[in-house]
Amino acid sequence: MGDYRDMWKNLGMDLEKHDVLCEALPQAFGDIYLSQENRPDAMNYFNYALAEVHGARIQEIQEEKNNGKKVIGTFCVFVPDEVILAAGAVGVGLCSGSQFWIADGEKVLPRNLCPLVKAFVGAKVSRTCPYFQSCDMIVGETTCDGKKKAYEIMEEYVPVHIMELPQMKREKNYEEWQDEIKLFIKKMEELTGNKITVERLRETIDLCNRKRRALKRLYDLRKNIPSPISGLDALLVSQIAFMDDIERFIEKTNELCDELEDRVKTPNANGMKRIMITGTPMAVPNWKLHSIIEGLGAEVVVEETCTGTRYFENEVSSEGDTIDDLVRNLADRYMNINCACFTPNRGRIDDILRYAEEYDVDGVIYYNLSFCHTYAIEYGKVEKALKEKNIPLLNIETDYSEEDAGQIKTRVEAFLEMI
Amino acid sequence: MHYIGIDIGSTASKVSVLDDEELKLNFVMPTGWSSVETSNIIRKRLEKEGIDIEKARIVATGYGRVSVPYAHKTVTEITCHGKGAYFLTGSHMTTVIDIGGQDTKVITVEEGKVTSFIMNDKCAAGTGRFLELMANTLGVSLNDMCQMALKGRDISITSMCTVFAESEVISLIGRGAKREDIARGVLNSIIGRIKTLLNKQGIKGEIYLTGGLCELDPFIELLSKSLNQRVSTSSLARYAGSIGGALMARNIV
Repeated sequence: MGDYRDMWKNLGMDLEKHDVLCEALPQAFGDIYLSQENRPDAMNYFNYALAEVHGARIQEIQEEKNNGKKVIGTFCVFVPDEVILAAGAVGVGLCSGSQFWIADGEKVLPRNLCPLVKAFVGAKVSRTCPYFQSCDMIVGETTCDGKKKAYEIMEEYVPVHIMELPQMKREKNYEEWQDEIKLFIKKMEELTGNKITVERLRETIDLCNRKRRALKRLYDLRKNIPSPISGLDALLVSQIAFMDDIERFIEKTNELCDELEDRVKTPNANGMKRIMITGTPMAVPNWKLHSIIEGLGAEVVVEETCTGTRYFENEVSSEGDTIDDLVRNLADRYMNINCACFTPNRGRIDDILRYAEEYDVDGVIYYNLSFCHTYAIEYGKVEKALKEKNIPLLNIETDYSEEDAGQIKTRVEAFLEMI
Repeated sequence: MHYIGIDIGSTASKVSVLDDEELKLNFVMPTGWSSVETSNIIRKRLEKEGIDIEKARIVATGYGRVSVPYAHKTVTEITCHGKGAYFLTGSHMTTVIDIGGQDTKVITVEEGKVTSFIMNDKCAAGTGRFLELMANTLGVSLNDMCQMALKGRDISITSMCTVFAESEVISLIGRGAKREDIARGVLNSIIGRIKTLLNKQGIKGEIYLTGGLCELDPFIELLSKSLNQRVSTSSLARYAGSIGGALMARNIV
């Protein structure tokens, strides 16, 4: 990584503390990622993107800012990137997956809260995340109680816009979400001074669809037996998707898929157990569960999570002649994401059952971040549905700390012995 | 040929030896502070018993399973307890409760195969360690605490956490509560935890208790009463993990 200290200083970061964070990451990445055998060559780009996650990419974002662009931080796959891009702004995902930020998060939040919320609050409070420091505005959403209230704290540090996500999927809720998207368009126009035109929005809908298609292509390749790419590598690609330049990300992901397509022409049966992970998101650098599973000789072939299928499934239609038409298309696509914040949420169970078949999995691991109540409660429904189909299931509830890694390893190992 | 199972638990280490016909030997020792050290002592003990380690097939299990350098294979204690319980009970369908030093598991075993399992979360409440700590606080042995509990009245220890439960016990002592009642409360607390796990998992077939508490008759009596179902066990049940390991060693070629 180059010398970015002046840039970080200008972003108002706590340099000393940030150094501690920067020191830990290369070691962890080396141990977990670079030690893997037979990785695709095209992963080199994603290695680079991760190594420069607080460097070169931030520099690019600063250059865009110098050219008058605004930077918008988001925390959830429900916030439509299309709108951010159509207003000529840069969008970055701010979800945080590091234990490093928990202690600072706990300064202002109760301890018994989801680690993802504690970490993103900690990242801001401690001034150690250059993405956060670059943001002109953050966009929250009402997906869970923890986030909802955390945004009130965020408001003391950075301008916040909240989108009220309906929690049911009736016709009127689709209309409500359309209204929210319209308010968001208005907000973005005010912030940037750029008008969001029909043409511009249609262009960014196409752009975001191309990104979804690239990720879908990657996931479809994982349906091969054996998968041509490790679950860890696929997870890294998904994680990078939240902060990278979109055009470049699409290009590099497609290059990776080209290479993987060659690989699957000569499959080498490896006899590995195929695992689906379903549940809560895994923000960078949260590689905990994947590294345990793959360290035990199984492969993760699909993630039904926000850092997996929920991020790219279904495209937005670009049909229509007016902003209203396109907003309806956006609402239709986003409201079809099957998050546990909705009631009921039968769609998620259908997705899990369909993926189990499509990806030919031997077992499912339910990944629940501690204190994420909606997913924890929904476990029961998922368990029942999988039991009916005789698909083995293991429940893992954990946070970002490494304290329980040994116990999780024993559970996963026993699960693999069982299936 | 000897087949050896070594179960390095968090508190106790168990060793079982099979030959091609039958169970030849079982012994137990404290794990102490170093699993590696313990595995060396086990090796010496086995050699003293006239077992040729070089020729034997060895499976290590338990939380210290990776610390047995001379083992041919490691298998988790969950699979081993399932195999061991099947060997000891011979029943087609068993729900195994294994109360270990640091965790408690409920394992459904069908025809000797684990079909599902559940473990308590990362804390010591509801484990053997919890009982040991509480016995210490009451100043009696584990066995005596269980005996006392039979004579006690039902009181409840409400704290979910071992550390808080201990202070709760201390304040009960301070208030002059009878030791028998407190002992009963301690046992009720651990039994409550086990019931929660059993309810989540569902009881299939007979209930079989493995682990270090298998010889504490008063505990088994209270557990059976609370579950409205007889809990069976045997003096060998503490070796279920190591027996399971030894059985799996038979499959090593």
